[in-house]
Amino acid sequence: MRRALPVATGGGSAPAPPGYFDQEEGGDRVKRVFTAVPYVWLLVLFLVPFGIVLKISVSDYAISIPPYAPTLDLAGGWSAIREYFAALDFENYVFLTEDDLYWKAYLSSLKIAFVSTVLTLIVGYPIAYGMARAPEAWRPALMMLVILPFWTSFLIRVYAWIGILANEGFLNQVLVGLGVVDSPLAIINTPVAVYIGIVYTYLPFMILPIYASLDRMDPSLLEAAEDLGCSRTTAFWKITVPLSRPGVIAGCFLVFIPAVGEVVIPYLLGGSDTLMIGKVLWEEFFSNRDWPVASAVATILLLILIIPIVLFQRHQQAQREAGQ
Amino acid sequence: MNETVFAPWDDPDAVPLIKIENVIKRFGDFTAIDDVSIDIFPREFFALLGPSGCGKTTLMRMLAGFESPSQGRISLDGADMAGVAPNQRPVNMMFQSYALFPHLSVWDNIAFGLRRDGLDRDRVAARVDEMLKLVQLERFARRKPHQISGGQRQRVALARSLAKAPKLLLLDEPLGALDKKLRQETQFELMDIQERTGTTFVIVTHDQEEAMTVASRVAVMDAGQLVQVDTPQRIYEQPNSVYVADFIGDVNLIEGRVTKGGDDVELGWGDNDARLFGPAGGHLAEGDAATFAIRPEKIAISREKPEAKNRVQGKILDIGYLGNLSTYHVEMPDGTVVKCEVGNRSRVSRRDFTWDDEVWLSWSDTAGLVLPS
Repeated sequence: MRRALPVATGGGSAPAPPGYFDQEEGGDRVKRVFTAVPYVWLLVLFLVPFGIVLKISVSDYAISIPPYAPTLDLAGGWSAIREYFAALDFENYVFLTEDDLYWKAYLSSLKIAFVSTVLTLIVGYPIAYGMARAPEAWRPALMMLVILPFWTSFLIRVYAWIGILANEGFLNQVLVGLGVVDSPLAIINTPVAVYIGIVYTYLPFMILPIYASLDRMDPSLLEAAEDLGCSRTTAFWKITVPLSRPGVIAGCFLVFIPAVGEVVIPYLLGGSDTLMIGKVLWEEFFSNRDWPVASAVATILLLILIIPIVLFQRHQQAQREAGQ
Repeated sequence: MNETVFAPWDDPDAVPLIKIENVIKRFGDFTAIDDVSIDIFPREFFALLGPSGCGKTTLMRMLAGFESPSQGRISLDGADMAGVAPNQRPVNMMFQSYALFPHLSVWDNIAFGLRRDGLDRDRVAARVDEMLKLVQLERFARRKPHQISGGQRQRVALARSLAKAPKLLLLDEPLGALDKKLRQETQFELMDIQERTGTTFVIVTHDQEEAMTVASRVAVMDAGQLVQVDTPQRIYEQPNSVYVADFIGDVNLIEGRVTKGGDDVELGWGDNDARLFGPAGGHLAEGDAATFAIRPEKIAISREKPEAKNRVQGKILDIGYLGNLSTYHVEMPDGTVVKCEVGNRSRVSRRDFTWDDEVWLSWSDTAGLVLPS
C-alpha cells in the first residue's frame, strides 16, 4: 500500500497535491461502506430474526416469560452454555409430522395459493391488456386506479369484503333483489371468499408486471404478424402471449409467494372451514401461545417458499441478462 | 444487341399491377392523401418520396391493408382491394422498425409467414434456407434478433417479407436505421435482390438520394398530393415544379420575370436587366413570374469573361472543399448567391480562386430550366 508522503505546500509545482492518495483510499472506503449497507440490513432485519425463530423452534414449551426454555444464561459460564445446547432438540418438527393438521394446512395453503394465482392471472391479464391498448392519455389514470387501493389500509379493505360477501351483505341483497337467486348465497366463511379476497388484494401485483411487458411491445409486431398471414387471434397467441410471458411469470410469483403464507384473508373471510398455514401459525402463537411449535411451522413454511423464491430470482436474473 | 429498356409506363399496352385511382384518405378533418392516382407496373422498383407528413406512409399502409381509402379505389392485379384484410393480400411489408419477433430465431422469423400458409415442414425448410442464402445469413439462422447487428436484422426483415413470394413488396424506410456507408452498400444489394426475385417493390423514403439510386420511377409527394411521377433522371433534369427541383438534389433558384415566352424562355432578373436563357419547364408567357433552376454542377467558373449564352459575374463568398469536388458560393451584385460545383479531377492542383475574387459563372442555354413560380 502506498502512503501519502508529506509534501511541502506552496512549493510551486508539487507532483501530487497533499492528501492525494489519502483521498483515493477514502473513496474506496466510502464505496465499501455503501456496498455493506444492504448486507448489514439483511443481517440485522432478516438473518438475526430468523436465527431467533430457528432457536425457538428447537426449544421446549414452558409456562414462563418468554414462553419457551431453555434461555441462555451467560453468567453461568461454560457449563451453562453446554447445558443450554444439550436442551435443544427437533421435537417440535417431529410433532408437526405426527399431527396431520400441519401437513394438511401446508398442502391446502399451496392449493389455495395456486388456484388464486391462476384466478388472478385470468382476471389480471385482460385488465393489463386493456391498459396497454388504451389511448396514451388514459394510461396514467388507469395506472392510478390500479394502485389506488394501496392508499387504504389492507385490513380495512378486507373487512369491507365482509360487508359485501356476508349473507345479508351488498352482493346477496343485490342478487336477491334482482331475483337472480331465491335465498342468499353462502360465500363468507368459505374458500370462495378467500379466493375473492386474495384475487382482489393481489391483483395489482399481477397487473403491473404484465402491463409493463405488454407496454414495451412494439405495436408494429402485430401488424407484421397480420401482414404475414395471421388473423388477429393467431397474432395474439403467437406474438402477444409469448412476449408477455416474463410479465406473467413475474406476476404469478408475486401473487403465489405471499398468498401461501396469507393470514388476514383466511382469518377474516375464510371462517373455520378454510385451512391455511398462516392461520395455523397465528393460532399457535396467539391462541396456544406455543412459540416453539409456531416457530417450527414458520421455519418449514420458509423452507417451502425458498423454492419459488429462488426460481423467481433466477427468472428475474435471466430477464435482466436478456434485456442487456 | 439492342435490348429493350425497362419502361412499361411508356407502353400503352402494359397492364399495371397496382392501380391507385383517385384515392382520398381523411383522418378527421385532416386530408392525408388528396386525390392520388398512380399506376405501378410489374417488376417495377417504385419509390414514394417526400418529407415527413406528406402522406407517403399512409399511401403505403393503404396498399398493405392497414388503412382503407376514404374515397377512390385501389386494385391489385385487377382485383379490387377494398375490404381485403392485410392477411388476405398477396402483399408483404418490410417495416421501418423491422418488427422482427424478438422471441423467435432468425430461422423462425423467416418461417413465420410460410407456416401460416400451412405449408408442410420440408417446403417451409427449403424456402427458409433459400431466403437465408439470398440474404447471406445462413450462419445466423439460430440466432435471436437481439444477437445480430443492425444490418443483419435489416436483411432478416427483407428475407421474411420476401419468403411468401408476394406479388408486391412494400418497404417502409428500409435503410433508415443503417449508417451511411452500410446504407449505400445495401441499396445496391436491394436492387440486386429485386432484380433476381422479379418482385415489384414499392419503397417509402424521405431520402432523395436513396430513392434516386434504387428506383425505376420516383413519385414525389407533398402535402398528400403527387407532384411528379417520373424516372430518377427526368425528376432530376426535368422537374415540373420549383418544389421538385428544390427537393431533389442541390439547385440554384433565380427569381425573375419572363421577357420572351415560348419553348425557349428569356428571363429578366436582377437590377441591371440581365438576361438568362433556358427551356421552359411549363407554360410561360411574357410578363409571368418565373424561376430559373440550374444545378450547381452544370455551372462553370472562370476568371475571364466566357463565351456562353448564360453568364453572370459575382464575388466568391465561400469555398467548400469536399474532397471529390469543391463548392463555390458566388454572390451576385443584387445579393443572390449562386452555388457552383467543380470536380477535383487532378490530385495536385493549385487553387485557382480564392475568397473575394471576381469571377464569371456560365452555363449553356440548355443546362437550366425555367419553371413557373
